[in-house]
Amino acid sequence: MAHDTAAPERLDREIAGLDALELAAGARRNPLLRVWSALWPMVTAVGIALLAWQAVVWSGWKESYVLPGPADTLPVLWDQLTSGRFWEAVALTMQRALIGFAVSILAGVLVGALVSQSRILRRAFGSLITGLQTMPSIAWFPLAILLFQLSESAILFVVVLGATPSIANGLIAGVDYTPPILLRAGKVMGLRGANLYRHLIMPASLPSFVAGLKQGWAFAWRSLMAGELLVIIGDTTSLGVLLSQARELNATADMISYMIVILLIGIVIDQLFGVVDRAIRTRWGLDSD
Amino acid sequence: MTQAVKAVPSRTAPAVRLTGVSKMFGSGGTALLALDQVDLDVSPGEFVCLLGASGCGKSTLLNLVAGLDGPSAGTIDLGGARVALMFQEPALFPWLTVTANLELALKMRGVPRQDRRDRAAELLDSVHLGGFARKRPHQLSGGMRQRVALARALALTAGADDHGTVLLMDEPFGALDAMTRDLLHDEIERIWRERGLTVLFVTHNVREAVRLGDRVVLLSSRPGRVVREFPVPMARPRRIDSPEVASLAASITDRLREEVGRHGA
Repeated sequence: MAHDTAAPERLDREIAGLDALELAAGARRNPLLRVWSALWPMVTAVGIALLAWQAVVWSGWKESYVLPGPADTLPVLWDQLTSGRFWEAVALTMQRALIGFAVSILAGVLVGALVSQSRILRRAFGSLITGLQTMPSIAWFPLAILLFQLSESAILFVVVLGATPSIANGLIAGVDYTPPILLRAGKVMGLRGANLYRHLIMPASLPSFVAGLKQGWAFAWRSLMAGELLVIIGDTTSLGVLLSQARELNATADMISYMIVILLIGIVIDQLFGVVDRAIRTRWGLDSD
Repeated sequence: MTQAVKAVPSRTAPAVRLTGVSKMFGSGGTALLALDQVDLDVSPGEFVCLLGASGCGKSTLLNLVAGLDGPSAGTIDLGGARVALMFQEPALFPWLTVTANLELALKMRGVPRQDRRDRAAELLDSVHLGGFARKRPHQLSGGMRQRVALARALALTAGADDHGTVLLMDEPFGALDAMTRDLLHDEIERIWRERGLTVLFVTHNVREAVRLGDRVVLLSSRPGRVVREFPVPMARPRRIDSPEVASLAASITDRLREEVGRHGA
């Protein structure tokens, strides 16, 4: 037979050789190049949007005091960015957003954890939660104002109702789609009860949970803007207040500036979730590249 | 046919004893009898290959032995042995590094924290993956992942001495290319021999069964019954492409085809 006393060393060598061949590493791309390849489509998109806006202004469809172009608006945006009142407004709005989102995470995790406990609960409440998700948040405001008058609580109530279903749904989907083969492996390892959740189900549902958070943030942000336009409290200054005041004063350039800021905040936070999502995907090898 | 005459450790009690084991899925008119009155003894230190076509209940049988499911009738006696189960898929946790996967298994077997790192390193060395502890499963090839899965299965037997360990393998090399599979045959044989493990190995590959087994147990399909046992007399290590292996595999294949043919009539 071909095998003899030298066989173990030969086996070691063959296995090491095969491993080396199978792991032929792909070349890493230059980080600068990666940043550029992510950046240029965004920069181009912004350029095209500005151009389209300018084109509408050039067409003479509206008077320039009704619809100012980018050249008139961007300096106004810059003035805003250097004013104290503007940053006060951003601070209040962000504070509401963060508190609302934090409460939504707590509520979403609680609801998601309870509902994902059993198949029957998932069937019973799953479609209800999805239904709540599709309900336009502005439809909640009449009730919110009756319940809480024009107060912070009314805004918080609607923000939380807007964001919670997405977050709960993300968690439920994550638990639901934990790969059965991993559950089987966990069973063989003796993972049960709290250990099963801590070591298997929670980490396995993380990508879906992050997707839920991302969507939840989008809903929270929309609900908050609707709330700040509808529920104006005393002499507080928020982005919504600034926006409606600008409309009352026919200050269109200011109004568009605030809209750009609202858009930018939404994009930045969405990108943050994108970074987390990509980090998880890379770590787990879910990415093709 | 009873025990193969082999140099198995001189314990009289079998490591695994199945007596009249049946398994029924569902009930009433749609009930499916997966296993019917299976009797099987596996001696400590023995390498037994279970062979059968689709629907012979091979995986069901392993699930029963692993305690993942209970039999509908009959008894399964493990005599206090620890069992570990390995699947066709590596089923490693993708969010953990290779070493953390093993450490979690050790933790679940009550190995104290300070010992886990060393035990995991030792297990990785034994499957020739000492240099890959900090990698994540997706960074390894299919064969390497399956070796990590083997190391994890061995980790799950921590606390039992190797002789009290039954390793259940459910077509573990079924998804690998032939080259990798041949090397892993050598690898599993070496580990089995070094540690004196008891192995119950399920496969539908006849040559693989003859290459590895002390004994090949042929199961019928729907329901699964033990049709016949074939002792494998050839000395180890065997080559999967040797004429002796091929000739025994051919006669087992004939018997297997006969069994499959019954379902076409």
